[in-house]
Amino acid sequence: MKRKEFIEHVGWTGAGIAWTLSAAGTLTAAADALGSGLTFIQISDSHIGFRRPENPDVIGTLRKTVDAINRRAVQPAFVVHTGDITHLSKAEQFDTAKTVLSELRAPVLYLPGEHDVIGSPAEYFTFFSRADAKDGWFSFDQGGAHFVALVNVFNFERMGLMGQQQLDWLAKDLGAQKQSTPIVVFAHVPLYALYPQWGWTTEDGSKALALLRRFDRVTVLSGHIHQIIEHTEGNIRFATANSTAYPQPKPGTAAKPGPLLVPPDRLLGVIGYRTVQLDDRGGSALSDITLG
Amino acid sequence: MKQMFTLAVAALLAGVASLGASPEAHVVHVKDFAFHPASLTVSVGDRVTFQNDDDEAHTVTATDKSFDSAGLDSGQTWAHTFDKPGTYTYLCALHPYMKGKIIVLKAKQP
Repeated sequence: MKRKEFIEHVGWTGAGIAWTLSAAGTLTAAADALGSGLTFIQISDSHIGFRRPENPDVIGTLRKTVDAINRRAVQPAFVVHTGDITHLSKAEQFDTAKTVLSELRAPVLYLPGEHDVIGSPAEYFTFFSRADAKDGWFSFDQGGAHFVALVNVFNFERMGLMGQQQLDWLAKDLGAQKQSTPIVVFAHVPLYALYPQWGWTTEDGSKALALLRRFDRVTVLSGHIHQIIEHTEGNIRFATANSTAYPQPKPGTAAKPGPLLVPPDRLLGVIGYRTVQLDDRGGSALSDITLG
Repeated sequence: MKQMFTLAVAALLAGVASLGASPEAHVVHVKDFAFHPASLTVSVGDRVTFQNDDDEAHTVTATDKSFDSAGLDSGQTWAHTFDKPGTYTYLCALHPYMKGKIIVLKAKQP
C-alpha cells in the first residue's frame, strides 16, 4: 500500500517553540516512539451528507481515517472530533457518522461545529450528549493535563460567539487550575482572528484567551477551516486541523471560502488526522497525517 | 362544444381580472456567499423562492426566527410566502455575515 505521510512536528522548548518540518514519512516511526506522555488524536470536519465533486465519498474517507487510526501500534488515549461531524445536522447524517466513528478502538469525544446545529442543537445532543456537558461545553483531567472543550457555534446570528454563560463557566473552571498545569482547549472555530473576512474568528475569543494567558503552556486545537494553520501568542499555541472530507482555500487566496476542488488523485493527500503528544512538561508535539 | 368554449373564455377573463392582485413569485439566488438581490420588495401573499446556486451549503434564517429554511445544500431551493407586511431581515446561519432583507408591502391595489 502506498502510504505517504506528511509529518509536521512541533515541540516546546524552555524559551519558546522549536519548529521542525519534515516530509514523506521520515518521522513516522519517531512520532510513535516519542516520549511517554499522553497521546490523543484530533479529527475534524467530516461533513457526513456532503455530496459534491470535491469529495463524492465523505463516508469512505471517514472510514479510511478510522482504519488508519485503528492500525496505529500505539492507540491514543482518546480521539476528539472537533466539529462539523455532519453537513446539514440531519438525524441520518449523525447516525451514519456515529456508526462509522464507533468503530474506533479508542474512546471518542465530540464537540459541535456550526453544520451540526443548523436550526437547533437538538439532533446533535440526541446523538452526542454527555452527562457532564448539558450546555455542550465540558472539561476533564487526564494524563496530568486539563482539557477544555468549548462551543462557539450556538449563536446563529454571530457565529464564533461563546457567550457570557460559557465564559463565566470557563473562568470558574480555569480558576481551579494551577499555572503549571498543561491546558489543552478544543473549539470548532479558531479562537483568534485567523481570517475574520471569511468568518474564521471567534468574536469573544479574546475573553477566553485572557483567561488562558496565565498558564505556562496552552494548546488550542480547532477545525472549521479544513487546513493546517499554526499560530502562537505568548504561551498559547493554536493549530487548526485538516478535514477528513475536503480542503478549503488558504485565507485570501480565493474570492470566498468553501470546498476546494483538487485533482481526485490528490484528495487523500490533503485530508486526514492529527496526533497530539503531550510530553512530561506539558509541551505538545503535533503530527498531521494524511490518508494518502 | 360551444358551451365548453364559453366556459374557457369565462375562465380566461376571470384570470385576467384577478391578475393585478394575484400573488407574484420571486426568486432570490444564493451565490458566492451572498443573497441576490440582497434587498427585495414584495407584496403580502407573494412567494419568494431562495435558490442555492453556490457550491457551499447555506441557510435562509430570519433574524426574528419567523422563518428558517434549515440547511440548504448546493442546488436546493426553499420557498416562503410572506403573509404579513413588514421588513424582514435574514441571514445565513452558517455564514452570518451573509445578510438579506425582504420588504413586504400591503396588498397591491387592483
